[in-house]
Amino acid sequence: MNHEKEQKTTNLAFSGTITSQLGGETITSCYQCGTCASSCPVAKITDKFNPREIIKLSLLGAKEEVLSGDSIWLCCSCYNCQERCPQKVEIADVIYALRNIAFEKGYIPNLYSEFASSVTNDGRIAKISKFMEQKRSTIGLPPLQPTGVEALRKILSATGFDKLQQKKEGM
Amino acid sequence: MSGYALFLGCTIPARQPNYELSARKALAKLGIELVDLANMTCCAPPPVQSIDLETSLSIAAYNICLAEEADLNMITLCTGCFESLAMTNTMLKENGKLREDVNRILSKAGKEFQGSKEVKHYLQVLKDDVGVASIKQSISKPLSNLKVASFSGCHLLRPSELLKFDDPERPWIFDDLIEALGAKSIEYRNKLKCCGGLLRGYADDLALKLAREKLVNTTKAGADCISTLCPFCFLTLDMGQLMIKSKFQEEYNMPVLHYSELLSLALGIDAKELAPEFHKIKIYRVLNKVGLS
Repeated sequence: MNHEKEQKTTNLAFSGTITSQLGGETITSCYQCGTCASSCPVAKITDKFNPREIIKLSLLGAKEEVLSGDSIWLCCSCYNCQERCPQKVEIADVIYALRNIAFEKGYIPNLYSEFASSVTNDGRIAKISKFMEQKRSTIGLPPLQPTGVEALRKILSATGFDKLQQKKEGM
Repeated sequence: MSGYALFLGCTIPARQPNYELSARKALAKLGIELVDLANMTCCAPPPVQSIDLETSLSIAAYNICLAEEADLNMITLCTGCFESLAMTNTMLKENGKLREDVNRILSKAGKEFQGSKEVKHYLQVLKDDVGVASIKQSISKPLSNLKVASFSGCHLLRPSELLKFDDPERPWIFDDLIEALGAKSIEYRNKLKCCGGLLRGYADDLALKLAREKLVNTTKAGADCISTLCPFCFLTLDMGQLMIKSKFQEEYNMPVLHYSELLSLALGIDAKELAPEFHKIKIYRVLNKVGLS
């Protein structure tokens, strides 16, 4: 009995964490119809990803399984599911919210760590090589305007984005 | 106010000058003035949204603030940038609490989001400011008989509630603009399905499977080329064909052209002036078909 009670508290705690996270607000409206999974291009080609399953596990409170697993990173962000959900669950955004929580807990895929560094260092997610900068004038493109890296860093420091990376290093 | 603040983003200047060049030339010919503003940054696309949504909204809003200060609406070429910026613009205009939170962050960078401007993809500008009929009249080299498989990419259409661009299940704007060039916009299986671009780097095998499907379906439908609007879709489908060749031993040789490149050709701009060398799959087949080689 005690176990059951504890389990129930945990369930609510995790869905509470998700609904209070930006993007995660609508998760509790899900009634598991599966429209999302049948609209999902990724679910059609791998059994490692199923949006309905991610929502079910999250609502059941399987926090570690959801946050530490591969699955939440396999969404291709096409928004098909969100467009078609009869309950207006913002499924793609819920997955972003879960990724944000995972990041906060230090579950950070290397690729995303690299994205974070690029944005912090260059203000861009893809670096523009010297070759490309020089190529511009030879093909008749105007020179690139300066990037607002300084302003961006102020924003990153205000949101704590610049410290998120350290969570991984401190793991 | 005339003209648009051009939001160039990262992938286009980093890898696809052919996109920027053709868009600048075609839009100038059609009387759309582009203004290059200083201090723009990354748009904060899905990879940044995945790390922290509040940060991504703030970065997108910061860039919109630059356009607001210049008293210009914003135009994007990249569909991904369009999604990040247009989504943020709508959310912050409609949600006062969120706007307050974001403005508190932006104040550290000396900015305040006003919500006074629009973010538009250039396709929208072509449709609304120039008009399909007028484009048709401006064409000097119609792309007659060219069968084009249009692929708008996911983030031009969805989430439709925030982007408000076209019907998310039965879009027509892109196809109309292709036909305005004298070409035929063809139907093909799973036309609106994702190319897998955002899975590249994390799950390459899945990304490649999705890209391959698009190439199989457009080839079966008899397309002469695929037309894209997003630099990521372009990369996935153009360079992706080299990876598919090495992984699946299959060769499609399907040229992929951004809409702005087709538009430029139809407006009479010489292909040599459009930096075609940035295509991995060469575009001669398309030029031959429309008598421009």
